Order: sequence, then C-alpha cells, then structure tokens
Amino acid sequence: MSSAWHQHLIIAPILIPLLCGALQVPINHSRHRLKFLLSALSVLGLLVTGVLLTALTDGAYWNNGIGVYLAGNWAAPFGIALLADRLAAAMLLLTAVLAACTLLYSLPRWGRVGVHFHPLFQFLIMGINGAFLTHDLFNLFVFFEVMLAASYGLLLHGYNAARLQAAMQYIAINLVASLLFLIGVALIYASTGTLNMADLAARISATGETDMVLLKMGVAVLAIAFLIKSAMWPIGFWLPTTYAAASPPVAAMLVLMTKVGAYVILRLWLLVFSDHAGAAAGYGFDALLWGGMATIVFGAAGMLASETSGRLAGYGAVVSSGTLLAVIGYGQPSLVTAGIYYLLGSTLAMAAFILLIELIERIRSPGAALLAVTMEAFAIEDAPDPPVGVGIPAALAFLGLSFTACALIIAGLPPLSGFVAKFSLFHALLNLEAPGASIPASGWTLMILIVLSGLAAIIAMMRFGVRTFWAAGKVLPPPLRLTEVAPVSLLLAACVVMTVQAGPILDYLGRASGDLHQPGLYIRSVLSAPVVPGPMREGGR
Amino acid sequence: MEIVIAIAIGTLFGSGIWLILRPRSFQVLTGLMLMSYAVNLFIFVMGRLWVNRPPLTLGNGVPDPATIAEPVPQALVLTAIVIGFATTALYLVVMIGSRGLTGTDHVDGKEPDQ
Repeated sequence: MSSAWHQHLIIAPILIPLLCGALQVPINHSRHRLKFLLSALSVLGLLVTGVLLTALTDGAYWNNGIGVYLAGNWAAPFGIALLADRLAAAMLLLTAVLAACTLLYSLPRWGRVGVHFHPLFQFLIMGINGAFLTHDLFNLFVFFEVMLAASYGLLLHGYNAARLQAAMQYIAINLVASLLFLIGVALIYASTGTLNMADLAARISATGETDMVLLKMGVAVLAIAFLIKSAMWPIGFWLPTTYAAASPPVAAMLVLMTKVGAYVILRLWLLVFSDHAGAAAGYGFDALLWGGMATIVFGAAGMLASETSGRLAGYGAVVSSGTLLAVIGYGQPSLVTAGIYYLLGSTLAMAAFILLIELIERIRSPGAALLAVTMEAFAIEDAPDPPVGVGIPAALAFLGLSFTACALIIAGLPPLSGFVAKFSLFHALLNLEAPGASIPASGWTLMILIVLSGLAAIIAMMRFGVRTFWAAGKVLPPPLRLTEVAPVSLLLAACVVMTVQAGPILDYLGRASGDLHQPGLYIRSVLSAPVVPGPMREGGR
Repeated sequence: MEIVIAIAIGTLFGSGIWLILRPRSFQVLTGLMLMSYAVNLFIFVMGRLWVNRPPLTLGNGVPDPATIAEPVPQALVLTAIVIGFATTALYLVVMIGSRGLTGTDHVDGKEPDQ
C-alpha cells in the first residue's frame, strides 16, 4: 500500500514547482505569457494537491492522519523523511491560495518588469512547501536556503535603489541567520546523533546531562535563526524596511515567509520539548511567550508611528508574528488551535492589504499608474471629475470596501475572520472549559496586549484610510484591471469563507493541534514507516 | 588539539562578527566569508576529532563503525560549503550593483556625513 498514489502526493508540492521553475529558466523573457501559463498550471496543481492532502490527512488513508514519505526509500532515522499531517496540509493549502492570487496579480505588470520573475517565484514556493513538509533538520536548512535564495532574487525584482538597499541588509541578515542555523544543527547532531525530528524527540528523554546542555544550546541557536525569520523583537528590525521596499506580489509572499519561521518553531517545540521530554520539557516556552509579547508591543508602536503604507503593513505583519509566537509560548493546546486559525486568517488579510496598497496609491499619483495600465481597465468613469454626492465610481467603491475589510480583519473587529480568531484566542486564554482554573498573569498580559494591538491597528488603519480616501482632496477613480481586482477579492473572499466556515475549520485545526501535542504519534509514525521492498528482495532473498 | 581548533574557530568567528559590523560592504562580505569558514569548521568538528581513522571506505565485509570517521558531518559540511559559497557570491553581485547605483560602498547607500 505504501506505493499507492496518495503516498507520492506528499512530495508533489515540492516537485511541481521545482519542475515548473526549471522548465521556465531557459524560456526567453519575451515569452512571458507562456511562462505565466506554466506558473498558473503549477499553482493550480498545488491547489489541487493542497486540497487532496487536506482531505487525506483528515481521512482514514493514513494512521492518525500522518503520511510519511521516505525519500530515496531509506528507513526513517537514516534518510530524509517528509511528513504530511493536518497542520502541514493546511499550510500547503494556504501557500497555494496565496501563490495563486499573487501570481494573478503579477500578470499585467510585475511579472514583466524584470527577468526570471516566474522561475524564482516557483523556487520560492518550492522552498516554502519543502520547509512545511520536511521532517529532517538539515533538509529544513536546505529548503530554507532555497526559499531565501529565491526571495533575494525576488526582492531585487523591479531593480531600484531602495530595493537594492533593502536587499543588501536583508541578505546580510539572512546569511548570518543561516550560519546560526548551521551551528544549531551541528550542535544538535553532536549531542544526540540524529537530525530526524521524530528521532530527536524520541531520544531527548534519554540524553545525558552534558549532552543536554549542548542540545539546549543548539536548539536555542537554531531558534534564533527561526526567530530572525519570524521577526521577533529585538531581531526583527529588518522586516518593515524590506516589506516596504519589495514589489507588492513579492511582499505578499514575504508575509508567508515570516510565518514559516513560526511554523517550524511550533512544530519543533511541541514535538521536542513536550511534556514527555523529561528534563528538557517546556524549555524555552517562556522566552517565546515574553518575546512574542514584546514583539506585539514593538509592532503596535510601529504601526502607530509609520508614515507610509508599506511600513504600516510591515509592522502589521510584526504584530501577527508576535501574537503567534506568544500563543505558541503560552503552551496550551486549545490556544494553539486558535493560533493556527489566526495565522491563516492574518496571512490572507495581510497579503490582500499589501496588494491593495499599490492600487490605493494610484489615487495619489494617477500618472504613474496610467503607465502601467493600457487596456482592459476596470470601471473607469468617463467624466474625469465626478460631482460629489452623485455616485461613487466602482473602482473607488471597490478600494474603499476592500480596505475596510482588510482593516477589520487586521484589527480583529467583527464580522470577519480576524474577530473569530481573536475571539477564539480569548476563549482559550480564559479557559472556560475548566472554570476552576486561575489564569496566570502572563495570560492577562497577553490578552491586554492583543486588545491594545488591535486598537493600535484600527487607529493606524483609520488614519491611513481617512488621509487617503477623504482628506486627499479631489480623488480620481484609479484605473484598475480585472487581474488586479480579482486577487484582492479572492483573498478577502477566502477570509469570508474562513468566517462563515469557522466551525469546521476550527474543528479541523483542533484535530491538527491535538496531534501536535502527542509527539508519540509522530515518533511512532515516522520511525515505523515501512520501506518499499526493492526488486532484489522480491525474489525471496 | 581540541583547544587549538576551538581557538581557531573562535578567532575566525570573532573576526567575522567584528567585520560584519563595519560600515563598508566589502568588510561585511569578508566578515560573512570568515564566519562561514568558522561554521564549516565547526560542523566538521562536531563529528569529534580523531586521529588515524579513515573516512568511510568500502572494504570486504561490514566495516566496524568504531574504526572509521563519522561520515555525516562531512556530508553536511559539503552541502553547507556549496550553499554558503553560492549565497556569498550572490551577495557580492548585490554589493557591486549597489556600488554602481549609489556610487558609494557604504552599507546604507550613502556616506554618513552627507
């Protein structure tokens, strides 16, 4: 059964973008339509794979919904294992949705302003998907590097002085982070003799005292590398500048990249430092909790202080990253469920906001926008100066409504998914299932900080909205193209779906987080994953 | 032997840290390279230091693991060297681009007194 088609589906999210990206490299830049078609095919394939994996992990195909793929047919602790569980499937689906929308958005303009946008985009998706799927620490490093190398290229896409400057710093910081990653991996290998995450979790309770010191140092150094990626205070200063400089489709994908760091922390910490880890149980959770809360404060202050919309979005991403880290550090299973829901919703909304910013900026400088837009314009009024009170041009109505939706989700106000996420966070923090339990001071602090960050977000977003839509004087309806409107609408529609279907989604994520809190499941699934018998052995050897 | 190699790695890494905090992009690049050398050595050493143990060689029968050097860190360091080399080369290209576009080799893209 292990060679059945659904077993091979696990590696498809890595192979599809790899093949597609490799195919696109030799294609001449002038044939961007062909490149776009190839990319679109790949992203559609990823969407289908994401949906299938989500269904498979939640069905009865695999034991406990954990699918293990042994690369090269090497048995588990020796070779590289890929692992698909409910959380990984949800993240793959999120990546596919985000990639589809960003790709569509890049069609009219951003896919053409420089060479190799499409192959780099595919390699970026490959790196992200690989980081979600891999269950081996060194392989994780390789996928991180694939993702980062592609992101360096993409950040420079649409080459100008600001992007070059941001890239110089972004690359230097990430190179140092990669070196820290390697030191961490080397220390972990030196102290436990394994790089497989499940094997590491299995061995940790039997690790001696001297090795435990080394292991803890290694994991802490490793965590710094991930926390630099997920922009925890005080090592996340690179993020707002980078986001503000990157071209919109790239910045939207960067939002997802910060979540990869948080995802790995979530996976690794719940697996390795669970309650079953003996002396190492609960190591580092406090640092994540307080670091996450400091990040929320930093991000909220940054949102209030930022003058430009790009930096506003960057600090918004910092806030959501901080909330996520604090939620992981709080170490309560029901809170993790809400945290993953928050991750999905805030990523979609933040990406939509970043794409929307560029369209909104056209209100301010219609001349620059006209250069990019030639035909297929979406709902331009013929009269250049519509009288006040007669009617709102469709383009402006779209921008205003989308902006409001983004603001509501990012600030966490009803009725959209941001509110559901924060409500379930509070519900989990208040621990209503166990009425007698007292809530620690850190829980109250976290709740207060989440509320205050929401307040800061709504103040900052309202200020931006008022300045742009109401106080900007005469506002011309900007020309929009369907391929620019559709991705933003799709991302927001995904948020609406998440709101309407919050029950089933939270149930699914509840099962995902339930699995995550049972490291025994992973250890058994990975280490007992059967090897396919080779042709040599079939003859009866 | 341990103390010698520890001092060597420490010196390399320390020099690297000092250099990446310098304002000129070439110094930053040199610092990154020194740090990556230090890290590569570090990974290699994590297989423990041994004398008179050959790397994995195929002989007759099943080799005794106690007589050969630990192979995994060697494989890891090979990957790390390749990736480090590629990303450093990429950084060099960005550095040259920045020098051409801004006319200065300061990491902020402008001289501090301007």
